Amino acid sequence: MLAINDLSATVADKAILKGLSLHINAGEIHAIMGPNGAGKSTLGYTLGGRPGYEVTGGTVTFTPTSAQPEPVEGLGAVHGASTSSARADLGAVDLLALDPHLRAAAGLFLGFQYPVEIPGVSFLQFLRESLNSQRKVRGQTPLNGGEFLKLAREQAALLKMDMDMLKRPVNVGFSGGEKKRAEMVQMGILDPTLAVLDETDSGLDIDALRIVGEGINAIMRKPDKAVLLITHYQRLLDYVKPDFVHVLANGRIIKTGGPELAHQLETEGYEAVAA
Amino acid sequence: MSEAALLPTARDEEWRYADIPAVAALGLGALADWHEATLAPGEVRAKDLVLDDQFPGLHRVRLHVDAGARAELFAVIAASSYTRLEVEVTLGAGAHFEFGAVTIGGGDVVREAVTRVRHAEPGATSHQVVRSVHWGQATGNFLGRIEVARHAQQTDAAQDFKALILEKGATANARPELEIFADDVKCAHGAAIGQMDEAARFYMASRGIDPETARGLLVRAFVADAFAAKDDGEALLDAALTALAGAGL
Repeated sequence: MLAINDLSATVADKAILKGLSLHINAGEIHAIMGPNGAGKSTLGYTLGGRPGYEVTGGTVTFTPTSAQPEPVEGLGAVHGASTSSARADLGAVDLLALDPHLRAAAGLFLGFQYPVEIPGVSFLQFLRESLNSQRKVRGQTPLNGGEFLKLAREQAALLKMDMDMLKRPVNVGFSGGEKKRAEMVQMGILDPTLAVLDETDSGLDIDALRIVGEGINAIMRKPDKAVLLITHYQRLLDYVKPDFVHVLANGRIIKTGGPELAHQLETEGYEAVAA
Repeated sequence: MSEAALLPTARDEEWRYADIPAVAALGLGALADWHEATLAPGEVRAKDLVLDDQFPGLHRVRLHVDAGARAELFAVIAASSYTRLEVEVTLGAGAHFEFGAVTIGGGDVVREAVTRVRHAEPGATSHQVVRSVHWGQATGNFLGRIEVARHAQQTDAAQDFKALILEKGATANARPELEIFADDVKCAHGAAIGQMDEAARFYMASRGIDPETARGLLVRAFVADAFAAKDDGEALLDAALTALAGAGL
């Protein structure tokens, strides 16, 4: 589903990613762990296309597996897009060639470590614009107000979030934990193919961690979806069991293993494992 | 005296950011054209103005708001040539003046709101919110003068200006001016000029919102403050956003 090959990126002319390669198949959950400054957040922002994160080498090929109807203009296909059915393979896209909003429409969701506050724009309005913008690019009809509210209600309930919270301006006045929970409500509504979640566990208390973990499983643990969890700690992985754990240090993946690698990191530390 | 001698110049404080050649072209007739209204004690009157290309140029309004009356004026200043809304208000005892205005637009055009609020008697209140959104070579101005007479105790006057500059080359000017002779008064004023929040724009893009829609949502949220005191500001918001839709940014 996602093939990152030899990716290099700079931020303010400083090299952060230095030849990172990572392959993720549909149905898999990958965790990336690593010390501060290793490039974890840069990887997320680079995949999302944040201005200021400049790709200096390598490729990222994204092959959304299903649930997306025929691709339309803006989503350039690398290998030629299938047109056989509404749930057909979208074909492989050169992710780095797409504008950020088209990456989202292609099926990528980026969970933010620090979700942004937007005064004056309600969550419901924000999410309906988001969903319908994506649907428009994909050639789907927009959801009307009633359809959208029903979907929002279901997804908010899944994350045990009060609907009244979604009537408030985006993330304004939300606690750290509420913001992360709201990120997962957004993910549920947007229903991506691939989620890259940057420290979604930070700022969560024990109960919220469990709810968010269960939310990730409910929304994303499916044969045609995949997740890349970026995290510092093992604890989220108790709820969202990864198939692969990677250690990111100095801009590259230096070690890959199964869930046991996360436990080893927790007990021995990055330096010992990376050595 | 020649007509030129009677026209304002950039040396006049209230005209310092105006497009003086445009004012001269409008002529003395436009300058003399004051719309006057007096609100009776206790009266409530509200007016919305959309100064688009149907109503460019000078708009001078003089209001006398008698004791306990309430005047509300909301305006969108969005024409594609020089446009100035000038409001002179005299408040009686316990009267209130509510003002919300948006200057919005591009081109090499000056759009401005100018207010003079005289708290002539005790206990009057005034509340002004102005938002400017500009691109191209455009200029948006707010010149707000508050005068509090010596015996106008318990005056409560507030003035808030914010500008959003969407492109390098656009300008905003804020000129608050307070002249206070009473001692028991509250006068608050604030001014800020900034650019679009890039973090918010990327956050929206990451959710699939295209750049133009994102900008529209952010600008709408920004200018909405100017009409927050109004029960239904949607029509004015739509009028303000019309200018942005045609911007081709």
